[in-house]
Amino acid sequence: MSVICRDCGELYAEPPGFACQACGGGRFLAHPEALSLTIAHLDCDAFYAAIEKRDDPTLAARPVIIGGGNRGVVSTACYVARAYGVRSAMPMFKALALCPQAAVVPPNMGKYVEEGRKVRALMQALTPAVEPISIDEAFMDLSGLEALHKAAPVQTLARLQRRILDEIGITVSIGLSFAKFLAKTASDLDKPNGFSIIGRAEALDFLAPRAVSTLPGVGPAGAKALAALGVATIGDLRTADPKQIVARVGAWGLRLIEFAHARDTRSIDPDATRRSISAETTFSDDLRGLPDLEDRLWLACEKVAARARAANLSGWTVTLKLKSTDFRTITRARRLNEPTLLAARLFEASRALLAAEVDGRCAYRLIGVGLSDLAPAAQADQGDLADRETPRRAAAEAAMARARAKFGADAVRTGRGLRIAKPD
Amino acid sequence: MRLSIERSALLKALSHVQSVVERRNTIPILSNVLLTAAGDGVKLTATDLDIEIAEMAPAQIDRAGATTTPAHTLFEFVRRLPEGQPVRLELSGEDSRLAVSAGKARLQLPVLPPGDFPSMPIDAAGHTFLIPPTELARLIDKTKFAISTEETRYYLNGIFIHAVAVNGEPMLRAVATDGHRLALADATAPEGSVGMPGVIVPRKTIQELRRLLEDATGDVEVAVSAQKIRFAVADAVLTSKLIDGSFPEYARVIPKANSRILKVDNRGFAQAVDRVSTVSAERSRSVKLALEAERVTLTVNNPDQGVATEDLPADYQSDALEIGFNSKFLKDVTDQIEGVEAQFEFADSGSPTLVRDPADGQALYVLMPLRV
Repeated sequence: MSVICRDCGELYAEPPGFACQACGGGRFLAHPEALSLTIAHLDCDAFYAAIEKRDDPTLAARPVIIGGGNRGVVSTACYVARAYGVRSAMPMFKALALCPQAAVVPPNMGKYVEEGRKVRALMQALTPAVEPISIDEAFMDLSGLEALHKAAPVQTLARLQRRILDEIGITVSIGLSFAKFLAKTASDLDKPNGFSIIGRAEALDFLAPRAVSTLPGVGPAGAKALAALGVATIGDLRTADPKQIVARVGAWGLRLIEFAHARDTRSIDPDATRRSISAETTFSDDLRGLPDLEDRLWLACEKVAARARAANLSGWTVTLKLKSTDFRTITRARRLNEPTLLAARLFEASRALLAAEVDGRCAYRLIGVGLSDLAPAAQADQGDLADRETPRRAAAEAAMARARAKFGADAVRTGRGLRIAKPD
Repeated sequence: MRLSIERSALLKALSHVQSVVERRNTIPILSNVLLTAAGDGVKLTATDLDIEIAEMAPAQIDRAGATTTPAHTLFEFVRRLPEGQPVRLELSGEDSRLAVSAGKARLQLPVLPPGDFPSMPIDAAGHTFLIPPTELARLIDKTKFAISTEETRYYLNGIFIHAVAVNGEPMLRAVATDGHRLALADATAPEGSVGMPGVIVPRKTIQELRRLLEDATGDVEVAVSAQKIRFAVADAVLTSKLIDGSFPEYARVIPKANSRILKVDNRGFAQAVDRVSTVSAERSRSVKLALEAERVTLTVNNPDQGVATEDLPADYQSDALEIGFNSKFLKDVTDQIEGVEAQFEFADSGSPTLVRDPADGQALYVLMPLRV
């Protein structure tokens, strides 16, 4: 059994009693495989709220909700607010009904991005193999670095956790394992300020009773499809007939079965930064008519196109997102015949998806569009034997982008974009 | 309704019509086949609302009448009956079941009223012509591989059939493209087809029609209206909606003056493409052709799987060129070529390439290169 001091990373073969002999700390981590595991997942605890509490000490003990206006949704709730039942993505009015005394702070994305970068820089100082998943979480691979750090990964991570608290002033939770999804699962076990380890010996028993939705890629729809086959837990998945699973959920099922056996061979890829580009707007009034929704959709498409162009990226798949006034979220996706970064093509594809959903009766409060399966911009919008229009559109949008870069965003606007006097 | 019919006659007609019936239907009657017994035969009709196939089968009619019953179940039952056995179908007045019997085997099938069965009348037909089944099959076989499956460009999900004039000769032309490749085949214009407006015949219709053509004997009667097309093949009549859209102006993407000509043994080339493709990545399937005097070198380079190359002797006189193609698309085209040689006409590595079959001057193919 290896025992590690959570505060300074000091290593003991036996528990040293009540306090660490090196730093006097009293929190220890004990696991038989602690020294051999190298794949970690680091997740900042209630990140936006933690930053706001750090910057305004009067908020420290209060429930804090980060989110916009009465119409918006909760983007982050601090742990105090969570005790009242407030959750991320919950509509704000619902959150305030549960916790009326909460301090609502509008998000300051610029600040969070900056702090997120600082956290990432501390991780990257330890290993180049850092794969960010979002602004506040990332995978790290610390294998082969024991000699450099003169410490096992588990010690390096304990020190990193302490350093983030000291230098940035927020807590993070760390999961350490031998595979990505297990590291991610582990980081969630002991939040906030947690450190959990899932070793090879216990991985199978640990996973067996857990819901299939623990596995990466299994959302509510996937869980439902698997439930129809009588597969509720990861243990069920191991004993299920792979043919049936594949018939039900597609080739992805084989991957899931691998995960169920704690086999996850995905490596940590520092370049796998961006998976999608998207934009969405919540309306000030509920909308149900196709023309109104189309106008908002067009603005979102223009935003996504501008972001894609700025990042020098394009994408194969266009996703439409709609949220109805009864908070049902629907997403519909369509894969194009070639990657695009054009507002016009994004709109064409997402409008077709929209037209299939809108019936004039259901009212919507949010519309969004996303671009995924990203590819370099240079591969986009070539046109083909049956499409001679796209290269012309590409030239037109590139010219508009150049004009906007030179004379400002309003230098060139499209007729459809002008139809809404004040965008929501 | 009461009738007796030879098992083989019933099976043949059923097999023709049942394939149009979708496996899952929200409208129950669309799972059924309409049986109409009168005179000296029974007519079987099935539809998915886009395509209708009706076929007459000779039968001994004891009592005329009509009903509808699940098509797949009836087909599967009849298929399993021993050959040469007469099958009796009977719908008695108050019974809401169709009794199917052959020898000692009996099947009771649920029915739905024939009056509810949707019919698909063809609107006033504009052009009607007769075409030999082999000619029609050739137009389909030469082009159907290039039909697009992309939903967004629904107007590419079929074969575009239209009348053209080639060197002053009227022709009936079939074209299909998915944007990456294009296939075109001409046939001598049958009388009555001249001046016919272009129509896009959906992929499923093409598949059903091609199956019917296997058993065709005499000429096929084709009738075209603004929204529908009808093919009368032997005892079967297939009526289909057309794709409502405009087919792209394909003539502008067919290269007219590609000057680099490669002639290569088609079989040897196809086999070499197949060999080097064993290392191709699932997604890109890119194969590179390096052309130099009297030689073409095929290369597939997949960082994960390795590199495969093969040299082939070829008739090529122009300056060197490197060009990439999707290996599957290359193979689809070489599969169409009937002659010993295939003739490729290149412009440059970024422009469409023309492929001809020297043995068949009435077909041509266009391939879009991939960047290598």
